Amino acid sequence: MPELTKQRPKYLALNEIRLPVPGFVSILHRVSGAGLFLALPFLLCLLQLSLGSADNYQTYKAIVGHPLAKLVLFGLCWAYLHHFCAGIRFLLLDIHVGIEKEQARASAKGVLAVSLGLTLIVALKFLGVF
Amino acid sequence: MKARIVVGAHYGLKDWIAQRVTAVVMALYTLILGIAILAGGADNQETWRALMGNVFFRFVTPLFVLSLCYHAWIGVRDIWMDYLKNTAVRLTLHVVTILVLVGYAAWAVQIIWRL
Repeated sequence: MPELTKQRPKYLALNEIRLPVPGFVSILHRVSGAGLFLALPFLLCLLQLSLGSADNYQTYKAIVGHPLAKLVLFGLCWAYLHHFCAGIRFLLLDIHVGIEKEQARASAKGVLAVSLGLTLIVALKFLGVF
Repeated sequence: MKARIVVGAHYGLKDWIAQRVTAVVMALYTLILGIAILAGGADNQETWRALMGNVFFRFVTPLFVLSLCYHAWIGVRDIWMDYLKNTAVRLTLHVVTILVLVGYAAWAVQIIWRL
């Protein structure tokens, strides 16, 4: 065999792979989508309670007032915002906007920053900071 | 130049387009709802019920729900297809995914149209 037979890993060492930023945004798009899918029954319960009777509304208030529920909701808020921002980026890439390497990296960083920033604003608003 | 022969049932292309059309519908709905909430639409239960129960939202919220379920079906199906090699397990999860999403859609529409 010629020198082509370079030693290559036989498996993917997930802890050693360093994804470029666009790859990171891409896998987070999948993770956030999966998380939102799993949370649908919880979110539908909240929607039903929030739009139900006055008693239902009090139950809704009690649930979203719980620290653990707040944490989960902030996580889901990030998941929605990340999925939203990354999705718009993918739609633009589909129509060949920003497909150059530098632009694609910049837009990926933008997606991470905007979705985290908006999540922070929503969380602070929800906690009554402003 | 040789003509390119396209084969297959085009399910892939149909789903690829559906994924994007539903995404645009949901993005527009998100912006409209976001503006309505910023304008005070969710300040208390009365305004929230009035917002969700008005003619416009009774029409567009089910469109959002249907888009979401179709979009989630394609996305979740892709996850099963990527990671599950066992056909029986994968097909079972495909069926479960479709059933829960149809159920969620009916549930959500029922919440909105009962207002």
